Amino acid sequence: MTTSEMELKALMVASLGGDAASYRSLLDRLSSRLRAYYKGKLARFGRGATEAEDLVQEVLLAIHLKRHTYDTGEPFTPWLHTIARYKLIDYLRRIRTAASVPLDEDSEVLAQDDNAGAESSHDIRKLLGRLPEKVRCSIECVKLEGRSVAEAAERCGISESGVKINIHRGLRSLSAFIAREAKNENG
Amino acid sequence: MKTDDLVAMLSANVEPVDRGLVGRTISIAVTAGAVIALGLMLAALGVRADLATTHAVIFLSLKVVFALLVVGVAVRYLTRLARPGARQGISPFTIALPFAAIALLGAISLGGAPSSHWNKMILGDEWLECLLSIPIIAIVPFAVTIFAVRRAAPTNLVRAGAVAGLIAGGVSAMAYALHCTDDSLPFVAVWYGATIVLCTLAGAALGPRLLRW
Repeated sequence: MTTSEMELKALMVASLGGDAASYRSLLDRLSSRLRAYYKGKLARFGRGATEAEDLVQEVLLAIHLKRHTYDTGEPFTPWLHTIARYKLIDYLRRIRTAASVPLDEDSEVLAQDDNAGAESSHDIRKLLGRLPEKVRCSIECVKLEGRSVAEAAERCGISESGVKINIHRGLRSLSAFIAREAKNENG
Repeated sequence: MKTDDLVAMLSANVEPVDRGLVGRTISIAVTAGAVIALGLMLAALGVRADLATTHAVIFLSLKVVFALLVVGVAVRYLTRLARPGARQGISPFTIALPFAAIALLGAISLGGAPSSHWNKMILGDEWLECLLSIPIIAIVPFAVTIFAVRRAAPTNLVRAGAVAGLIAGGVSAMAYALHCTDDSLPFVAVWYGATIVLCTLAGAALGPRLLRW
């Protein structure tokens, strides 16, 4: 087992327990690995850094929304690689590139770091503006301003469980918006 | 949007995650599907009239055990398919075992009977009703199972769809068994087997469209 597998798995396990610092550190590491992975893959289809960054962000959102599907009894790298590859194939299909993606090893997703943090083509504020009022309010309070769920509940005028549900629903919509944008721009 | 901003947003106030959620959601969905299938069967077809006889109980148990085995194995496999990159759990070949077992029993039963009876043993009285009822009763359990899988992260959508169809077919066969009066092993092997396979193929065809995320 490689050091990065052990390190990332430890961060993932802590994140699933609700440790925000570990989660942030995990997502930071994954961003740079995924960036290198997608830049390498997309270069073959004539797509550049912005498209790679779009995919990195789409996958980060997917990882967040699907993190409950990681079984801590399994290694982390195959989980990550399977999602990264699934999203790559899905992206290529969306932009109607009739290309097959050659098989790659799980470890390829961790092969390189790329910290040149480019901007994606998505405008988070604009995307948030398309969400329903209470959903947007919940995400802004908890996820952007860092308030507690209880504070957000008071501010948005809904229950605490309502805030949690809204955040999940809102992030899911954001993920769908991002996927749709990739299709419209390229399709 | 900068990726750093997204990372900051996602990791802000992150909640602990319920790790048993995938398995539990699928189990609950399949159970709910089974209850609905049973209700549909009772409303539309009704339980076989001779249910109290020993003969009926033996064959009913046999059909139910076959369907239960199919569903039990498939649920475990689906839970694995719903997790990206999962390696633990059962292999897809295990799914074929209940089918192989019933086919073997059916063949033995045919072998022990005169060939003039084969036609009756295989076709029974209600093969057409069986062929139609099981897929129709399977529709709602299929929808509920797909709904549960969508909440996880299947990455092989054809296979996950197929296994969801297999589960729905098995659940439906279990419900239909309470009505079905065709009591011969070859009948169960051919018609229960075929309709469940039909549901599996339908699931495989629908999977990519229904399960994409």
